[in-house]
Amino acid sequence: MTAADEATELLLAQVRAALADGRPLRIEGSGSKAFLGRPVEGEPLDARAPRGIVRYDPTELVVTVRAGTPLAELEAALDAAGQMLPFEPPHFGPGATVGGMIATGLSGPRRPWSGAVRDFVLGCRVITGLGTHVRFGGEVMKNVAGYDVSRLMAGSFGCLGLITEVSLKVLPKPRARRSLLLEMSLPQALARLAEWGRQPLPISAASHDGRYLRLRLEGGEGSVSAAAARFGGEPLDDGYWEALRELRLPFFLDPRPLWRLSLPPNTPPLELPGEQLVDWGGAQRWLKTEADAENVRAAAAAVGGHAVCWTPGRTDSPFHPLTPVALRYHRQLKARLDPRGIFNPGRMYAQF
Amino acid sequence: MQASHLDEPRMNILYDERLDGPLPPVDKAAVLAELRARLPELEVLHEPEALKPYECDGLSAYRVTPMLVVLPRRVEEVQEILRLCHERRVPVVARGAGTGLSGGALPLERGILLVMSRFNRILEINPEGRYARVQPGVRNLAISQAAAPYGLYYAPDPSSQIACTIGGNVAENAGGVHCLKYGLTVHNLLKVEILTIEGERLVLGADALDAPGFDLLALFTGSEGMLGVVTEVTVKLLPKPEVARVLMASFDDVEKAGRAVADIIAAGIVPGGLEMMDNLSIRAAEDFIHAGYPVEAEAILLCELDGVESDVEDDCRRVEAVLKQAGATEVRLARDEAERARFWAGRKNAFPAVGRISPDYYCMDGTIPRRELARVLAGIARLGAEYGLRVANVFHAGDGNMHPLILYDANKPGELERTEELGGKILELCVAVGGTITGEHGVGREKINQMCVQFGPDELTAFHAVKAAFDPEGLLNPGKNIPTLHRCAEFGRMHVHRGQLPFPELERF
Repeated sequence: MTAADEATELLLAQVRAALADGRPLRIEGSGSKAFLGRPVEGEPLDARAPRGIVRYDPTELVVTVRAGTPLAELEAALDAAGQMLPFEPPHFGPGATVGGMIATGLSGPRRPWSGAVRDFVLGCRVITGLGTHVRFGGEVMKNVAGYDVSRLMAGSFGCLGLITEVSLKVLPKPRARRSLLLEMSLPQALARLAEWGRQPLPISAASHDGRYLRLRLEGGEGSVSAAAARFGGEPLDDGYWEALRELRLPFFLDPRPLWRLSLPPNTPPLELPGEQLVDWGGAQRWLKTEADAENVRAAAAAVGGHAVCWTPGRTDSPFHPLTPVALRYHRQLKARLDPRGIFNPGRMYAQF
Repeated sequence: MQASHLDEPRMNILYDERLDGPLPPVDKAAVLAELRARLPELEVLHEPEALKPYECDGLSAYRVTPMLVVLPRRVEEVQEILRLCHERRVPVVARGAGTGLSGGALPLERGILLVMSRFNRILEINPEGRYARVQPGVRNLAISQAAAPYGLYYAPDPSSQIACTIGGNVAENAGGVHCLKYGLTVHNLLKVEILTIEGERLVLGADALDAPGFDLLALFTGSEGMLGVVTEVTVKLLPKPEVARVLMASFDDVEKAGRAVADIIAAGIVPGGLEMMDNLSIRAAEDFIHAGYPVEAEAILLCELDGVESDVEDDCRRVEAVLKQAGATEVRLARDEAERARFWAGRKNAFPAVGRISPDYYCMDGTIPRRELARVLAGIARLGAEYGLRVANVFHAGDGNMHPLILYDANKPGELERTEELGGKILELCVAVGGTITGEHGVGREKINQMCVQFGPDELTAFHAVKAAFDPEGLLNPGKNIPTLHRCAEFGRMHVHRGQLPFPELERF
């Protein structure tokens, strides 16, 4: 048995012991994203010991990696083969793990064009609340055998089980890249993005700070140069996108609470007090505001979106409340997959 | 294909209460009377001759006459039907166009068949938001046709796209030939509205790119009508690529063709489509379509590159060099749109072409890691020889999804049974090399036994837990998708002879 297998067995034993006593667990990685969601009353369980890449064959465009592996280590291995995680996951700290990336389901600026974390999950291994260690999905791109529990794990904040390993689809890095700065108002930018979105243009990121539209172009040399020539504007350092992804721009220093609004991309600017920074071509908007949680949520819901408070301690329900029917099915799913309620109880919602 | 000897005491494809669990007793007359009382406008079929057309889906070897067929036109009717089924404990099987290839919409003698094909309206095409909101009975191709005036289209293109419905696509997580680059149904959905077995409306996903809570949209996609009934679908629309070019490469060896696929990917190119055909399929297709295929070749690769013109030209040059380097005996770039269409016509008609050289054929649907292609093709050839049946291979090489076509004659006694057994062995070979028993056709009823090969009791128990969260009484599409532990135990007893696993020479993972 390898060290990683032993570490996984140990985690399984710890989960089984907790199940036997009905002791809730607070699953932990490096803690880089621990600020999201609600605090968990439970015994800490460090999930970082099983680590390392299990299999990576660049010509298959698939990597299988243990959940405790530092995200930086995975990205370095992909980079060395000219490949990448297309959804640009944020790290929020040097120790960010692959498991935390899956559990939080967060994606970076390329998300509207590439897809989210869940779109690249092909399979995973999970320690369940039934005391079993199971494998869902696989290492192939097309697989419709059984329910797609692997993708369900993405963004479930550890509430449905403990992820120990994941298989991801990866893609080659684009051959060419260029970033641009264009001066225009937000309504103008949203109108342009809607128009450009109907054309085969190599846009892979679009953000607006109230004054400037920032665009990233990625693709072949020809299409990137042609689009850059067409858009004009000023050249922009590519580092901007990492700073945006990691929430390191000056905008995020504002002391007011931070909200993430997830909206239909072509939604007109929302009338909410505070400052906004638009990402994902309009589909993700960061808001710094003192407004009440109720008002922020109502404004987002009114246009078909939702709002999440990213500053801890401001509201008892940082995630957008579920409809009564959705809440019922969430609770039933939780009750069936984690009948003793030991995995991260209350991390997403107080009711489960 | 014709079914024969289906009532033999074998691992039957039809619902078997002994293995699949007891179904509730149902009083047809009482259910019919109550449906009429509660929904006087609802179209209900109950006479044997009216039920006949609904006795199978695209897997036509297996037929069951449903107890009743209902054809609602309004969501409220569907809601009332489900409430009634829930109250009276009547099993209900949802059906779209009935084009599914795995028997996912195979009816039950003691169940209602809920036909959703009347829900065929496109509710909204929104070019600014790049989405289409449609009813579940809208045909896949109709969405792209409606979006075409805006330069947009809906990417997943299963081969049945002229007829299959989007509701069925959601239920099966349908694929197509462009999945490597553009994804499956699950990657192209924004929002799905469903009704639960209790008749409650539930919205999965959102008009935004994500929704609060668990990703139930991902869980629901491909759940084969086991968790709820789709009543509305919002799909993403993509801008049509500026150009598409196709290259055809011939190989004198299947292994070389397989390596060429890996080399294309290694060169950092993601083709829009990448298809392989073996000699038997090439000959059948050429004979039928006259696509200009090289009939002497052991394998051909069709590689489609799409996108912005300058990038596509660049990629064409790269791919051509890679193919030659990999040992292609000939590489041809389609000179014009007509030749491109011809190259594709051969591939797209491979199934009917094979149908011309054999009285019947059985289409398989496994996925493997691409690196295992040569080994799996050799294994299929060996198994085919063992069973005395010919197998033609077409392969979505880009994403590893294989469609071996087993040629047989249903009129020869025992040949269908041999075909089924060979098919099962081929799927088990896919699992043994790290692949799956179904890439895009679904488990349905067809692959219910092979699920026992791919998953152990712990996984199956977790799947049953998911089902129970939505439908604890098991009224939605009973017997499909996930086998009972009892069925798998029985299958294991029949299957593992003298403690020998199939393919003992292969490493298990």
